Amino acid sequence: MLDLITNFLASDFRTATPILLAAIGLVYGQRAGIVNIGAEGMMLTGALAAVVGSFWFGSAWAGALLAMFSALLISLIFAYLTISVRADQVVVGTAINILGLGLTTSFARVIFGVNTAPPKIDAFEPIAVPVLSKIPLIGPVLFQQNALVYVALIVVPIAYFILFKTDIGLKIRAVGEHPKAADTVGINVYRVRYGSVMVSGLFSGLAGAYVSLGLLSFFTENMVAGRGFIALAAVIFGKYNPVGALGASLLFGAGEALQYRLQASGTDIPFQFLLMVPYILTILALCGFVGKSQAPAASGQPYVKE
Amino acid sequence: MAKRNSVNVVDKLGEGLKSLSLPLLSIISALILGAFVILAMGLDPLSAYQNLIKGSLGSVNAIGETLVKTTPLLFTGLSYALARRCGLFNLGAEGQLYMGGFFASVVGIYIKGLPIFVHLPLALIAGFIGGGLWGLLAAWLKLKFGASELITTIMLNYIATHWISYLVTGPMKEPPGDFPQSAQIEISAQLPRIVAGTRLHLGLIVALIGIGFFYWFLWKTTIGYEVRVVGENSEAAQYAGMNISRNALLAMFIAGGFAGLAGSSEILGVQQRLFQNFSPNYGFDGIAVALLGQNTPIGILLAGILFGILRSGANMMQMAAKVPIAVIYIIQALVIMFVVGSNLFNILKRKRIVAAIAKGGKLEC
Repeated sequence: MLDLITNFLASDFRTATPILLAAIGLVYGQRAGIVNIGAEGMMLTGALAAVVGSFWFGSAWAGALLAMFSALLISLIFAYLTISVRADQVVVGTAINILGLGLTTSFARVIFGVNTAPPKIDAFEPIAVPVLSKIPLIGPVLFQQNALVYVALIVVPIAYFILFKTDIGLKIRAVGEHPKAADTVGINVYRVRYGSVMVSGLFSGLAGAYVSLGLLSFFTENMVAGRGFIALAAVIFGKYNPVGALGASLLFGAGEALQYRLQASGTDIPFQFLLMVPYILTILALCGFVGKSQAPAASGQPYVKE
Repeated sequence: MAKRNSVNVVDKLGEGLKSLSLPLLSIISALILGAFVILAMGLDPLSAYQNLIKGSLGSVNAIGETLVKTTPLLFTGLSYALARRCGLFNLGAEGQLYMGGFFASVVGIYIKGLPIFVHLPLALIAGFIGGGLWGLLAAWLKLKFGASELITTIMLNYIATHWISYLVTGPMKEPPGDFPQSAQIEISAQLPRIVAGTRLHLGLIVALIGIGFFYWFLWKTTIGYEVRVVGENSEAAQYAGMNISRNALLAMFIAGGFAGLAGSSEILGVQQRLFQNFSPNYGFDGIAVALLGQNTPIGILLAGILFGILRSGANMMQMAAKVPIAVIYIIQALVIMFVVGSNLFNILKRKRIVAAIAKGGKLEC
């Protein structure tokens, strides 16, 4: 029984990590008043870039860096159109998603060819932390994961601290709640928003790298499979807070982990219903099983400096 | 006086041309940028675009195929546009399309012995309802629980595709069951071909009727007027005593219904069976169609044809110029970005005029 729980929780942390990584970045965007539904496309871009980077340079870390860089570039397009041009954030986000799908599907085909066996690439393998990984339950769940899982877990408290305990965090939150007031006290609204979108781009890219180099070790078309949107839901469900996002990600990750578990155990339930679980869970969570979550007041609103 | 009138006419004509010039400019810019992307892939953009045109407009058959691809795009374009007119974002056309295809298939396969003029309309209505209910669900979740339709519609897409996958490998699988697909749609429920030698089917006419309905509903009925007011200014609508929830539910039902018709016409007119992934992202293409068409009936028609050309020419482009089909997604995304980007010029211009008026200048330009 303990084995079962241990396995399930370890698997939960693995499936929650890409959602968590993206959600941490999205919390910053949201707090600054930016609804970034383009996270899915940014993750997808990151997923391919990571594989390409690992393929070219022979290192998963190089892949992760290239992923973050590519997603950062995409996020700059998003930032320019939504912040400077003041175009609708949802529309631009949708365009980013379509762009991500188009770029990754085409370039994957051009770089790796059609119908060829995927090349062997360096992926993120589990690293057992000495001593700690030997602790029952906690060891396998928290200390026998791959490096990006550790990165995500370490970043959560840091992201929390920056957002709620520092000047920068205060500025970000002010811009999201009341950009005009923030402007009046001398905060550069545009700069803060650009920065927040770039943060969400970097983390989306890393999340994408995790999907292609942490969960699998290759790129397949549209492989992010809605995790960018689920991350957005995790931000709302987690009340726009990195720690809350961790809890929400673990919940949504549990849906996916449960699906793997049930499939492996050879249940009679058709696998398609199991595949639906994460999405249904996301809808249920959004429907407010834990009370209302209040978005920042200026969420989705472009800011016009007068 | 006469001079003023003539100026008005010229102004109007200019306005009309301008409203066409922005989308055109966006398309051209997107194609140019797309060419650079193709170059970056180490491929030949000129040959790509040549084959794209040849593959979509080069023969009667090619044009027929273009219109076959245009049909679902018109429906999904209408779907996004109708919800948008009511202030909602329907990112769920893909899922609604699948649910429409499912409902239409059930009626088209399991009801037998009806004459075509009963069976076909019945199957189409079923498809409309199937998509409509899926859209309605998202609207209900928003109104009842405050769950943003941006995310729920996307989640419902995934649920719908897995549902179809379950159906065609399980309960709706065609006996003896070698392939993951349903039995064939009864002849009496199939959309008949309308041009010999092509796959062009009656669905296109249904789509054109859909565009007519879209216009009539939004601009000629009281409910449609309310839907638009809710979309433009929900506070004013509430103040005027309009029932916002009812309008939102209705708009999402019709929007879902349009997407459902995209799926039904694809099943009843082209595929004649239900199977997995029968839509190559038509649901999301609809967003680009509606945006480029600026949510207007004529705009959607023109944009639908344009994206139909991209879709149907893409195969030839991939075969002859080795440019991946997915490049058309890039072009699509760029079109959207240029459309929303070019709106900036509109805003700036209006501001300048307003500022000029505020300065005390007369309305003469």
